[in-house]
Amino acid sequence: MKFRSLAIALAATAITAGGLAATAQAQEHYIPNLSYRTGPYAGGGIPFANGFGDYFTMLNERDGGIGGVPVRVEECETGYNSQKGIECYEATKGNNPLVYTPLSTGITLGIIPQTTQAKTPILSMGYGLSAAGIGETFPYTFTYPTSYWNQMSSILKYIDANGGLEGKKIGYIYLDAGYGKEPIPVLEALSEQMGFEWVGFPVAGKDMQNQGSQWLNVRKERPDWMIMWGWGAMNATAVKEAIKTRFPLDRFIGNWWAGANADLDPVGPDGKGYLSANFSGIGTDFPALKDVQKYVVDAGKSQADADKVGDVLYNRGLYNAVIIAEAIRVAQEMTGKKELTGADMKIGLENIKLDGARLEELGLAGFAGDLIGSCKDHEGGSPVFIQQWNGTEWERKTDPIEPMLEITRPLLEDAAAGYIADKPDWKGQTCS
Amino acid sequence: MLSEIFVEPFVLMADIPDLLLQTIWEGFVAGTLYALIALGFVLIFKASGVFNFAQGIMVVFAALTLVGLYANGVPAWLALIITIGVMAILAISIERVVLRPLVGQNEAILLMATIGLSLFVRGVGETLFGGETKTMITSELGLPTGITDWNVFDGRVTFQHIDIAAVVIAVLMVAGLAVFFSKTRIGRALRAVADDHQAALSVGISLHQIWAIVWFASGVVALVTGIMWGARSDVSFALEVIALKALAVLILGGFTSIPGAIVGGLIIGIGEKLFEVYWGGLLGGGTEAWFAYVLALIFLLFRPQGLFGERIIERV
Repeated sequence: MKFRSLAIALAATAITAGGLAATAQAQEHYIPNLSYRTGPYAGGGIPFANGFGDYFTMLNERDGGIGGVPVRVEECETGYNSQKGIECYEATKGNNPLVYTPLSTGITLGIIPQTTQAKTPILSMGYGLSAAGIGETFPYTFTYPTSYWNQMSSILKYIDANGGLEGKKIGYIYLDAGYGKEPIPVLEALSEQMGFEWVGFPVAGKDMQNQGSQWLNVRKERPDWMIMWGWGAMNATAVKEAIKTRFPLDRFIGNWWAGANADLDPVGPDGKGYLSANFSGIGTDFPALKDVQKYVVDAGKSQADADKVGDVLYNRGLYNAVIIAEAIRVAQEMTGKKELTGADMKIGLENIKLDGARLEELGLAGFAGDLIGSCKDHEGGSPVFIQQWNGTEWERKTDPIEPMLEITRPLLEDAAAGYIADKPDWKGQTCS
Repeated sequence: MLSEIFVEPFVLMADIPDLLLQTIWEGFVAGTLYALIALGFVLIFKASGVFNFAQGIMVVFAALTLVGLYANGVPAWLALIITIGVMAILAISIERVVLRPLVGQNEAILLMATIGLSLFVRGVGETLFGGETKTMITSELGLPTGITDWNVFDGRVTFQHIDIAAVVIAVLMVAGLAVFFSKTRIGRALRAVADDHQAALSVGISLHQIWAIVWFASGVVALVTGIMWGARSDVSFALEVIALKALAVLILGGFTSIPGAIVGGLIIGIGEKLFEVYWGGLLGGGTEAWFAYVLALIFLLFRPQGLFGERIIERV
């Protein structure tokens, strides 16, 4: 008798709990955020996660969510570790996630097959597998607003416009991981086409604060320019080593993950002149950021220090959230549904139109270049601009620099075909 | 190919001798810092037979405590004193909570305990100070900053003042420890414990006291290492993994030898820089990531006790 009562009670509890869970899922946009606030790369992960979360909190507080449905961002700590990132995916995939933001090329590479099969999009914003920009091959992976390959082409364009590339030697210092190796194919291809030589200086993750050898090699090789694909504590160390080596900082360009306040604050005035790429606005002089300050930061609902709001990586995380929020709106409009699935979200991402007019409506006029999504182009091909450290903060130095799409697109198509060459069951899509 | 290995590197050394001198200096400084980290391991291993896997995170924790206190308005020198106090409390706590209950246990269990300790200390550090990279308070502590060039061989060798300070402080610290071990009562007791626990106990030496002292000494070494490495780059949790290179240093120098830690550190520091600059290109670069461990592996094959370790005698 006792056993029967217990069984009934357990069954009732399970049904009630299941019902509650189902209700909870139906009344929210669930977005897992594979973030890292601990470990060697936390210096970059923390401001990014803060900007990402704060924008959605602002939308919830100001607008009651998106389309009347609140957004629930759930952080899962990866420590920038691919294995932990995949565990985070496994732990959250059952909650009807709309989109994944792995913030790691290694994690992105690890979950692309699973998310494609599960029909849940990945938005690896400006990182991850560059070839994923080919929408026909990668229906559920997006690298909006651009990819590492196109970023490299924009950086090379900048160098070409500032003294020419032909006959020059380019030094490439990079984190010796999937992330740092990602743009090497385009560097190789463009070096042949544009007539320059390049030499690589890999930095192992565990030696990122111990770069003496790499910079001795820089001194030996005497490159005309240096390009860096760095992350975390590697960036400040590299700039300090460049200063020690007397490498001219206005010929040293970091990518968009090597140009944050957290990277140059430790260097201070000595780092004046160092350059980096960027694609999102700097500072808080945008109405949307004022709303974030009002509804989230001042209300004590942010994990960010007030003076860190508007920093490069904070704004990058915020822009990541803006793209997702806009894709949710588009998906709601196109499907006529308030509550969405991953498959609906794919529609939203492929039909996103974040142009100047729309950014102004969102209170972010001039914050980023135009982003026009499509079924074919999951990359965006947006321009980047070059910013320069003035000793205390970043200043925008150039207008947007368009990527060399005519060169990179065929390379991306080849790479996408190469990715699926040994995957006979891979399901792409047909775009009209 | 043979020319690239046996001729060209030496031609390059002769062609750009200032680069060779710079490489040796950079290796010497890195080696000194590896030796400091290894010293922390040796102190604990000598006294208790424990391979302290937490030594790396102790370097980070000590440096974070120092800069964290300063960021909260504590004057630099007071912050330094308080940090030394924190390392003392940490040492006593480790002896009481971790080591004392495990007396007499297998070495593997003690190693696992220090792995657990490293996770705990990392968690406490991240909770208290956050994961962001911090800047070391170099000039506030009176340490030198800036660069001096030595113009030589139609080139230059650059010396960072903080590197010179690191070498000087490391020498003073090793000399201080040597005097401490050989001339003081506690130092002699520590050596007695290192030689034979049971015999030391039988003459009234307190193992608990010695362990707490040696963990504290190791904590102070960790603090000095954290200050020096933090001043060269920054203070972040990435420093913890650099400490693992001390494992290779210990294999070279021997787990129980202070001179071995120093010589091993210098061999690895200078060796990895020379190899990367002159031969690294043949292997695609990035050889610093594995050079120390391959060298250690070779030593394990031919001299497993290290350069200065006690000879291993096995009776069968």
